[in-house]
Amino acid sequence: MTQRNIVEAINNALYEEMEVDPRVMVLGLDVGRLGGVFRTTTGLVERFGGDRVVDMPLAEASILGASLGLAIAGMVPVAEIQFLGFTAQGFHQLGPQLAKYRQRSRGRYQCQVTVRAPFGGGIRSPEFHSDAVEAQFVQTPGIKIVMPSNPYDAKGLLLEAIRDPDPVLFCEPDRLYRAGRSEVPDGSYTVPFGQASLVREGEHVTLVGWSAAVELCTRAAETLAAEGVSAAVLDLRTLVPLDVETLCAQVVKTGRCVIVHEAPLSAGFGAEISATLMEEVFYDLQAPVARVGAFDVPFPAASLEEYYLPSVERVVAAVRRTLEG
Amino acid sequence: MDEELLLEALRWMMRSRLYDTRAIALQRQGQFGVYSPGIGQEASIIGSAMAVDPARDWMVPQYRELMATVHHGLPLEVITAQFLGKIAPARIPDGVRVLPTQVAIAAQLPQATGLAWGLRLRGEDSVVIAYIGDGGSSEGDFHEALNLAGVLKAPIVFFLQNNQWAISTSRRAQSATSSFALRAAGYGFDGIEVDGNDVMAVYSATCDAVGLARGGGGPTLIEAVTYRMSFHNTTDNPSRYRDPKEYDEALSRDPIERVQKYLAGLGLWDAQREAALLEELRGELDRALELALAAPAPRPEDLFTNAYRNLPPRVRRQKADLLHGLKD
Repeated sequence: MTQRNIVEAINNALYEEMEVDPRVMVLGLDVGRLGGVFRTTTGLVERFGGDRVVDMPLAEASILGASLGLAIAGMVPVAEIQFLGFTAQGFHQLGPQLAKYRQRSRGRYQCQVTVRAPFGGGIRSPEFHSDAVEAQFVQTPGIKIVMPSNPYDAKGLLLEAIRDPDPVLFCEPDRLYRAGRSEVPDGSYTVPFGQASLVREGEHVTLVGWSAAVELCTRAAETLAAEGVSAAVLDLRTLVPLDVETLCAQVVKTGRCVIVHEAPLSAGFGAEISATLMEEVFYDLQAPVARVGAFDVPFPAASLEEYYLPSVERVVAAVRRTLEG
Repeated sequence: MDEELLLEALRWMMRSRLYDTRAIALQRQGQFGVYSPGIGQEASIIGSAMAVDPARDWMVPQYRELMATVHHGLPLEVITAQFLGKIAPARIPDGVRVLPTQVAIAAQLPQATGLAWGLRLRGEDSVVIAYIGDGGSSEGDFHEALNLAGVLKAPIVFFLQNNQWAISTSRRAQSATSSFALRAAGYGFDGIEVDGNDVMAVYSATCDAVGLARGGGGPTLIEAVTYRMSFHNTTDNPSRYRDPKEYDEALSRDPIERVQKYLAGLGLWDAQREAALLEELRGELDRALELALAAPAPRPEDLFTNAYRNLPPRVRRQKADLLHGLKD
């Protein structure tokens, strides 16, 4: 039984996939000798060489655009954007270009490209590093959006992403990178997209989250348990494709739902979840669906991030309001 | 370029001019979508295309090089089907090494650089030719792509058609540089400025660049100095911004007339031969148009056909809803 944290799980997935598929290559800023700013690519350049593990010039659009061209040439690129917030500097090559290329070429060309990007607050990095902009890419159909929350899923979802014939944006919770080790087997396994995971059973309310918010929801559920409130925690794992079936079935069971995410509240993906529940299971709800997100202001200085990000206290308060309803 | 090759170039240049003229007429009749002609730029379009090998090289267009992509193997009826709004019949056939036209200016350049890089990693003996304009050279993607290509010594030729206009923005308003070709120095490779209305000069410069790239010598930036003798596209009205004197002067440098005069001087061209070729080309265009018109029309479900390899369940449901609604 091998215990790994998320950094080690991602490193292990890349290493094993590059061993079995010579088309797979890693490109990004500082991914070679340094092993990436979070060390997720440690040891890869030493094993696979500079042709397959490539330190790129500091230019996000060319990392993403070149990945598209590499895929057309028959390579399977795994690009790293150092922080998700910096996709802004290559956004056009990701949402508008990569996501739409299959359709734009009438199916002639597919882009088997994985774009990895750490994101989220709680590590006291300066401003743009922390932005949770995953919902922006939900509006550029054609790309899948994957948000692992734990080491086992990180490896299984990353292998699934690399093998997917369509582009995948793989967002990594930097706050949880080294938060703890758990069972991550050696060897190949995949976690399918579009299958939400019930990480905690509960009777009174369902907390819905993805990525680092799942860990937050779990802590909130523990606090609530001490008050006699039984909260289930559902990890969506992927936003596109979205597991509507499991989401709805789970919320019907508890009749109450609180959605938690790190992105600003307005037009965050929580709005999509809430609207979906209204459309699908409105008459099974016992209280209005509640959302807890960051505030609708730019990501603050590190000294204020604990007030900006959703907290156990805010999640617990939202659950209490829901139970009163 | 010998006379036989020059005659071949002339045929392609005239094919390009004729297709543009026809396409504009079809757009005015409501049959074609918005169209951007290459009129005046045929020497650049054809001279560059003739320097690459359709069997092993790749072509990455912007959108004003239509006949270059046809020269590279894209059937005329396929590109015609695209302008008629068709879906499946407008798919670039397998084996044709051409990427789709790119409406997001310069976005094709980082992609072309990645393609050239990937082909080398795959051990292929291929060169990529990527097209851009004077306006496109102002985009960030132009800088990022050329910088990366220089670092990688990628087997690529950046072919910049400086047609003096980006819709209504003049070349002078686009950049303070005296020559776009100079920019290559900043990326560590050669930039060549060539008379873009001289098909022999364009062909020769592009052959040199392709040879250099194939031999591992890295990229070249070619600036073909030419003139957009028509409009940006069928929605444009150059009389609002273009000096008529400048335009008249440009007409006197028509790249097709230049070749015709040269070949006439050698006794290889005359009015009779021109009439015969035009008739042949018209027949060819008629057939392409007939084929494209007869090709299957888009179906509503084609909205979903190429969005993903496998549609996510939610999108599958949206497709079913659309088709169900159409039945009622």
